[in-house]
Amino acid sequence: MDLEFDVVDLPDADHVEAGEEAPDFTRPLVNAEYWEDVSLSDLLADGPVLLVFTTMDGAFPATYVWNELRDRGVEEYGAQVVGVSVSSPYEHKTTIEERGIEAFTGLFSDPQNGVAEAFGVEHDLDGMAGVSEPRPAVFLVEPDRTVAYAWVAEEWPEFPDYDAVEAALADL
Amino acid sequence: MLNEGAATAAGEAFTRESGEMADMSARETPARPAHSDAHLTLYRLQACPFCERVVRKLDELDVDYHSRFVEPLHSERNAVQRIVGVRTVPAIVDDETGVAMAESANIVEYLEATYGGGA
Repeated sequence: MDLEFDVVDLPDADHVEAGEEAPDFTRPLVNAEYWEDVSLSDLLADGPVLLVFTTMDGAFPATYVWNELRDRGVEEYGAQVVGVSVSSPYEHKTTIEERGIEAFTGLFSDPQNGVAEAFGVEHDLDGMAGVSEPRPAVFLVEPDRTVAYAWVAEEWPEFPDYDAVEAALADL
Repeated sequence: MLNEGAATAAGEAFTRESGEMADMSARETPARPAHSDAHLTLYRLQACPFCERVVRKLDELDVDYHSRFVEPLHSERNAVQRIVGVRTVPAIVDDETGVAMAESANIVEYLEATYGGGA
């Protein structure tokens, strides 16, 4: 995108890198019909997980990311596609329906942003007092919890390199 | 609708409540996440007093359970409809006994009969 000004840089993040172990966590995982507490390790018992951190539901970066991942059909690589944001389960249910991402495994609801903190991708929002959310990030996690691929936004906004995400999925 | 006696055997209570849904419910209920040691899934709605009544009884009887939260909108609760034939919550699925049932009074009665010490 050719803009006549510089996009805002995000501060350096000490985030989980490829080759490191992903932290385990438990949060409500929302699907099209219900939500229940699920651990990352529960999902990994069924295979690899593409963990996608987004802005809160309704913000355009979340909308764009889900549209793109849906259009690319990334679930077809066999990894479970799972989102994380600070939005409530109610908002996640609406998002799943509106984005048409029922083929993905679900969206974790993490209003207190602890999962993003554990992955080192938290982002305190300017102009929304007391609100922290994940900065956009994608982690491909192998069943032994090793991170096979990591991308974390360095600008605000910035979008994943979708071709690189697909290449990592294809390498599984 | 409500069973006459709390002493009704679990299987009988189930038959009366949900009839031919018996085989379907076990098949249609998604597995609990691996981290959960519970053998009972509770379908509930946030802040629903009837659901809290069942939770209180489960706690009182020290029965481990796994919560699954559904839609406030009745018409969208197909996940519940598939296992107990109605869209009302609370509803439970008990893998230990194969019972799937709705309605808090029935559930409380069932829990007491099945897990109450004096039974």
